[in-house]
Amino acid sequence: MSMLSEAPGGVRRAAARDLTFGLAIKEALAEEMRRDPRVFIIGEDVAEAGTVFKVLAGLVEEFGRERVIDSPISEAGITGIGVGAAMTGMRPVVDIMFGDFITLAMDQVVNQAAKIHYMSGGKLNVPLVVRTTMGASRRSAAQHSQSLYAWVAHVPGLKVVLPSTPADAKGLLKSAIRDDNPVIFFEDKMMYQVKGPVPEEDYTIPLGVADLKRAGGDVTIVATSSMVHVALQAAGRLEGDGISAEVLDPRTLVPLDRETLIASAQKTGRVIVVDEGYEQYGVTAEIASVIAEGAFDYLDAPVRRMGAMNVPVPFSPVLEDQTVPTAEAVADAARTLCGRA
Amino acid sequence: MELGVQGRAAPPVNAGREQWLQMYEQMQRIRIFEEHVNELYTSGKMPGLAHLYIGEEAVAVGICQALRRDDYITSTHRGHGHCLAKGASVDRMFAELLGKAPGYCRGKGGSMHIADPETGNLGANAIVGGSTAIAAGAALSARMRGTDLVAVCFFGDGALGQGLLYEAMNMAALWKLPVIYVCEHNRYGEYTPAQEAAAGDVRARPAAWGIPTDEVNGQDVREVYAAALHHVERARRSGGPGFLLCHTYRFRGHHVGDINRSYYRPTEEEERWSRERDPIRLLGLWLIQQRIADAPALERIEQQVRAEITSGLEFALNAPYPTPAEVTEDVYA
Repeated sequence: MSMLSEAPGGVRRAAARDLTFGLAIKEALAEEMRRDPRVFIIGEDVAEAGTVFKVLAGLVEEFGRERVIDSPISEAGITGIGVGAAMTGMRPVVDIMFGDFITLAMDQVVNQAAKIHYMSGGKLNVPLVVRTTMGASRRSAAQHSQSLYAWVAHVPGLKVVLPSTPADAKGLLKSAIRDDNPVIFFEDKMMYQVKGPVPEEDYTIPLGVADLKRAGGDVTIVATSSMVHVALQAAGRLEGDGISAEVLDPRTLVPLDRETLIASAQKTGRVIVVDEGYEQYGVTAEIASVIAEGAFDYLDAPVRRMGAMNVPVPFSPVLEDQTVPTAEAVADAARTLCGRA
Repeated sequence: MELGVQGRAAPPVNAGREQWLQMYEQMQRIRIFEEHVNELYTSGKMPGLAHLYIGEEAVAVGICQALRRDDYITSTHRGHGHCLAKGASVDRMFAELLGKAPGYCRGKGGSMHIADPETGNLGANAIVGGSTAIAAGAALSARMRGTDLVAVCFFGDGALGQGLLYEAMNMAALWKLPVIYVCEHNRYGEYTPAQEAAAGDVRARPAAWGIPTDEVNGQDVREVYAAALHHVERARRSGGPGFLLCHTYRFRGHHVGDINRSYYRPTEEEERWSRERDPIRLLGLWLIQQRIADAPALERIEQQVRAEITSGLEFALNAPYPTPAEVTEDVYA
């Protein structure tokens, strides 16, 4: 199955080539930096090293160290510098190497970036992008494996993006950079080397538009980021059981495309929400409640939530692999919902 | 020095007569504004609390007099003085403090969040030390955009305990950013004496990064202004960051409701500072001594400022509140 069942915007496009997720991210940054001199990158090892994931490799050669700024290991400081630069006419892209490290920058994200536009009565803008990562199963243990986007999605004033394909990553990142608000952009570390078709031409994908990754009629699987691929695998298995699963990717948590989620739930009557963040008080809970409120009369069963286990991510593969939802577990849940278990 | 202020003697600064009188007027504006804020609180007309700048006027005024209107400042929870010194008008300040629609933030920010981009004021900040990196970011941006603007970061001695200050100063020094860190050392972080909160020498902190540092008597606006001019001009000429340690004193409590303070601060100490080191009185005496102004001229300035503040307050008291529907406006740009 193609990683990308539909091109961005739901329109099939003629000219596309396969790019890795990481290259799609870099292409988005390079294009925006060429287009707009206000865009710059700041972060740890972003210049010659091109980040630990090598995603930015080559950008410093094109844009120089003035626009691809290697910083000390100071997450709070570089985020604050990004906020200040954004308030005064620049469009910084702050690189926080691991999503777990955003905890170090939370005051700048939550109390500063998120609130400055509102607190100033709309006079100051913070067009800031914070790019960071998410996702377990790299054997990186508890402080390099979390998917903490629920923390920022909780706070009004921030936008939160979770791309699941190279094409989405590119189009959404370009929109994030052009957005006048602070946007927190979470990339799945495991996806950087995964390839998918990316349109040749210049395009953006608006924030707040869910994408139908696979159409189906019996059950809706709402999945984010890494879990989109788990959901698509599950849908493939369910096909063999005669269950037609629809896979819907919100792509952005804030703004959330409630209408599309609710419409799909109304169509299928059965919904599973799969996400790699901790299950407790997580994204699955929010989306399940949106669907329960918006499609209650259409539901044949309560919305089923599947998040990461409520444990710190363990190191040993035997332990870690249990903590993230799998395609088989999602398929099992779908069979149960459809009365086929 | 008797009050523990090790400021250097005020160097001769060639400010013109008009500039000194402007500074006197600005200090009076802040003082009288704050006295009215206190009155608004005690008479129950102002929602919430406010942190008065009374006693520290020479710091904000001395620094901002050395800045251009388009230079940046970041401010603190004790920020009214910074806003006014940078050029904010009292009517819209009062309106903001009362949560009214014509306020600087349309009533959404209040006392601790007044921002005024038109005067380069990037906002007061209710997180202690919260704007130390924002100021560095504004300085970086100023340079990237090819301007010669500088940024001033006001913070109190309380922020010496916040790690972000040190991250920001490190990068300001590494990248020679045009930012000046102004420590308003008023001897108390909330209800705790500074010596119980900050170990070692304050000046040793910026010195560790090679940031040029000056220590001044923050009650003497001439001394603050002279040091500010020096740091601002160096930063503007791409000479990198500066650090200004200003010894000052909060004449009133931590906030308007902090009335009984003897458990953390001796009454005699407060009285001594008010009596001997009132920055407005000190400047006034000097102006008279130098024959720049006589007592009646200073009295006229004060009366003009009082009239402006009375009418600004009346404007704010009569101003409409925001409409309830505005609660959801400006969450996103």
